[in-house]
Amino acid sequence: MIKSKSSMKRSQTLGHVAFYLGNLIIGIIFVSPLLWMIASSFKPESDIFANMTSIMTFIPTNFTIENYMEVFGRLNIPQVLFNTLSYIAIVLLGDLLFGSLCGYALAKMKFRFRGLILTGVIALMSMPVEAILLPLYIEMAQLGWVNTMMGLTIPFMMNCFSIYMFYSYFLDIPNDLIEAAAIDGCGPIKTFFKIIMPVAKTVYATVFILDFVARWNDFMWPFLITTGENKRTVQLAVQVFFGTQPIHYSAIMAALTLASIPMLIMYIFMQKYYVQGIASTGIKG
Amino acid sequence: MANTEVKAMRRPEYKRGEKMAGSIMSLPAVLLLLAFLVVPIIYTIYYSFFKYQVMRPDSITFHGITNYLKLFGDKDFWVALKNTVYFTVLVVPIQCVLALALAMLVTSKRRGVSIFRTMYFSPQVTSMVVIAILWTILYNSSATTGLINAFLKNMGMGPVDFLNNPKTAMNSIIFMSAWQGAGYQMMIFLAGLNGIPAEQYEAASVDGATKVQQFLYVTIPGLMNTIKYVLMITLIQAMKLFTQPYIMTKGGPQNTTKTLVFYIYEQGFQKGNFGYACTAATIFFIIVVVLSLIVKKLTKTS
Repeated sequence: MIKSKSSMKRSQTLGHVAFYLGNLIIGIIFVSPLLWMIASSFKPESDIFANMTSIMTFIPTNFTIENYMEVFGRLNIPQVLFNTLSYIAIVLLGDLLFGSLCGYALAKMKFRFRGLILTGVIALMSMPVEAILLPLYIEMAQLGWVNTMMGLTIPFMMNCFSIYMFYSYFLDIPNDLIEAAAIDGCGPIKTFFKIIMPVAKTVYATVFILDFVARWNDFMWPFLITTGENKRTVQLAVQVFFGTQPIHYSAIMAALTLASIPMLIMYIFMQKYYVQGIASTGIKG
Repeated sequence: MANTEVKAMRRPEYKRGEKMAGSIMSLPAVLLLLAFLVVPIIYTIYYSFFKYQVMRPDSITFHGITNYLKLFGDKDFWVALKNTVYFTVLVVPIQCVLALALAMLVTSKRRGVSIFRTMYFSPQVTSMVVIAILWTILYNSSATTGLINAFLKNMGMGPVDFLNNPKTAMNSIIFMSAWQGAGYQMMIFLAGLNGIPAEQYEAASVDGATKVQQFLYVTIPGLMNTIKYVLMITLIQAMKLFTQPYIMTKGGPQNTTKTLVFYIYEQGFQKGNFGYACTAATIFFIIVVVLSLIVKKLTKTS
């Protein structure tokens, strides 16, 4: 195909314009529900449902942070945040430490039941957790863990997907590295912490962000295991707030925004790892 | 092999140590999985054969297959199964096509493309609870309090009582779920698109193929494995539908949004029929496993 330089340039420019303009329009329509949520959270209650047919519904003309004050007044935000972050921290401890240890052992070491454990981990990966929540709840009741931090956190400390992610990552680590450490007199556990962990930062970051978002957004388990206000996580607090009188839609929008913004920021900063995690194994907590 | 040589250099004590070390390193993970995954699975199946009411834990009696017979005779169970299948059959193609379309929009390497990717992905980072509450308000039946109905009225349509009409409730949940979830599959498609060699497109364009032809004869075949994989994970995820109907409709109107997981939750946690709920959970578990095996088989043969 022969095209003159200027016509090629013109079609390239046209392509650029189409790309940016098309994506801008489609993108804004796509996120408009979220834009409306954020805009409404800064409006006085009386403004939310006014002007809904005009573009002004997306712009808080009478800007106010009153709604956020109301949310902070009605919800015990520090407590909710503490509960959620503890939940995340303990799950992360399990997944990052125990998960990687197990994944490494499965990938690089010989030991009894290795084959059985690996098969089990892979088979249980597609297990729908929803099917076993009842006996899990009874187990918690027998341990006396209903409505405790233990009950909330410990059952989900270990996730087959995480073990599998570590396992497949460690498979690719050259054996020479491990052998060299062994010759230097490093025992296997020391090798893991001193040599392996530092070179595997990517996979740790990936599991970290996937777990963090999944647990922050988790609803069903916190919903079942907690009975009182004092153990509620973010999603539960938001759901209860939605159903509690007085119903102020502007305050609800503020609560929804508060529950979402931290994950959006987290995603923007750790995008690379998050996307890597999804693309490599397609997992979601 | 250099590998075996190095191994031969090791002293036997180390090998024994390694054997111990491997077990020790995997022990915490294995114990946690046994306690909180394997044991509950076994108990789900075990209790499915028992009459076990949460209010009366002292009178647990063996029931044989009575629970199963009762379940298969329960109209509500079949309704829940039907609703779950309906949701899955519609949401999977809609969400996957939407995801592929979005991926095509942002597959370019132009500067700033990640901003658009983030836009399409943002409903996915937002939790389902937040999305469900937001859309409950957006779906409001009146044109004066529901954004979507206000928009429809402006175009001379509506109002539609999205969530309270048995005809529209599940469809409204499907539309919202596809919108929320598509960003996830988009990311997987993007990775797949990245794997198609640029030469194939160049060759096609030298042969005079239009953009549509390139999409049909280069992109789609090149994405086949990704498409199968995406279909599978979307399918399994769709079968687990619970949060959306729980928050938006409570299973109504007229049970049209009551799903299998909803049914299990209702029987076990609300009505306290623990053994019976385990029966439903076992059937749910079997359905999901069989489905994923079928899909796995289908994706392997070709």
